[in-house]
Amino acid sequence: MSKNDNNLRGVFINGIFNENPTFRLVLGTCPTLAVTTSAMNGIGMGAAATFVLIGSNVVISLIRSFIPNKVRIPAFIVVICTFVTMVQMLMQAYLPALYDSLGIFIPLIVVNCIILARAEAFAAKNNVIRSAADGLGMGLGFTLSITLIGIIRELFGTGMLFGNQLLGSGYEPMLLLVLAPGGFIVYGLLLGIINAIGERRKKNNKGVTSA
Amino acid sequence: MKLRVSHGPHLFARETTQTLMLDVIIALMPTTLAGIYIFGTRAALVIAISVISSVLFELIWQKLMKKRVTITDLSAVVTGLLLGLNLPCNVPLWMPVIGSAVAILLVKQLFGGIGHNFMNPALFARAVLLASWPLHMTTYNLPQRLFFGSETALSGVDTVASATPLLSIGKLTNTDLLIGNIPGSIGEVCKVAIIIGFIYLMLTKTITWHVPVTFVGTVIIMSYLIGVDGIRAVLTGGVLFGAVFMATDYVTNPMYRLGQCIFGVMCGIIVVVIRKYGGYPEGVTYAILFMNCVSPLIDRYSKKKIYGEVKKSV
Repeated sequence: MSKNDNNLRGVFINGIFNENPTFRLVLGTCPTLAVTTSAMNGIGMGAAATFVLIGSNVVISLIRSFIPNKVRIPAFIVVICTFVTMVQMLMQAYLPALYDSLGIFIPLIVVNCIILARAEAFAAKNNVIRSAADGLGMGLGFTLSITLIGIIRELFGTGMLFGNQLLGSGYEPMLLLVLAPGGFIVYGLLLGIINAIGERRKKNNKGVTSA
Repeated sequence: MKLRVSHGPHLFARETTQTLMLDVIIALMPTTLAGIYIFGTRAALVIAISVISSVLFELIWQKLMKKRVTITDLSAVVTGLLLGLNLPCNVPLWMPVIGSAVAILLVKQLFGGIGHNFMNPALFARAVLLASWPLHMTTYNLPQRLFFGSETALSGVDTVASATPLLSIGKLTNTDLLIGNIPGSIGEVCKVAIIIGFIYLMLTKTITWHVPVTFVGTVIIMSYLIGVDGIRAVLTGGVLFGAVFMATDYVTNPMYRLGQCIFGVMCGIIVVVIRKYGGYPEGVTYAILFMNCVSPLIDRYSKKKIYGEVKKSV
């Protein structure tokens, strides 16, 4: 039992660190670059994707033995579409401001690689609980990553954070960061830093085991 | 006796990175001094900060990363100098510092140091500054000739910001344009000084004529084709400065003569297209940066057949 718990925690943690969808798997880069102009956008997009990810992972895991192998991708897409439509309608009803600022990228969650990749690589092969844990871990990993990018871009690109003026009025915002090139530059730099840390940790771990 | 065995060719050239960079610095001196004469001490301050911060960023990065410190090859000085000359003289003084950080850290060191940058560092830094703080970067000052302390006394009168020189060239005579009695970035205004620098670079064989001549020639021809005075098109804005000092960077240039000509012609075409149809009044920066990105591609298709190479049957 305890081993199973550990395993479940491993599946959950995996999505946040080792296989972080944004920084390790480099999936879903389109929303990562496009909506991270503010921290709130990052959280909103992350939450929406997490909801879809958990829902689709659970449902696909439940019906995985009924889906004929040849049509599994269309079947996955239908499931994902259902959840995305739900998110879209809920957001439009209860969070209209966020809905407007995310715009086209909410329906585009359907083609977010992370969700399809997890359906294909994980949910189609694992039981419901593990799939839900994977969905939650991956979703949180995605949310944390794009919120981090959003915080950096919003803070230095506008001087604000979550809409509050944080840097003094003397700070002249670096407009580039909220424009498209800024997204690429911040994403690239973070990707490099995080992978450098990962490499160093791997090297250290190896050193410990061999010693 | 110690014998060293090595492969041929056993050629010895006096050229090192340092001597090449020194030649570029010497070639930049006329336009630097002219810029300082035209815009005053403030211009000297911007250039000095830009150069010093470039060298410091390179030094700090190489110390932190435990790499060999290569600031004595003068390449960081050249980058800093080019960046400073690319700024209007009244930018806030933190801007050259950020520009140097972008040029040295982001474009040069992160891509592997000297010889590995895929874009001209100084020019990319200028593009970043232009996109980030467009107001500061496009507020050109009239030639103010303000020296030591007179800045404050006259600032109310003489630092009136003008529109970019490209938009208001009607009133300026060709002589004004040639000697640099116009608003603009520090290094780009005095065309005579730039031409002196070009001649020096040609005499020392630091650069060849291919890129600058095809670049400027294309701008002249294209301008006439769209009904603009081609000579004035070259004498305004940064075409000459870009063609001589920015587009000729060894690293971001095609390697073969034919490729360099294609590079120059394409730069010229893009400049005129951006000036005529683009949202920006000046396109030299973007033209050169864009062509930097495609120069590996140009290299691939302009490679010379090596003597004796067998033509592949199609």
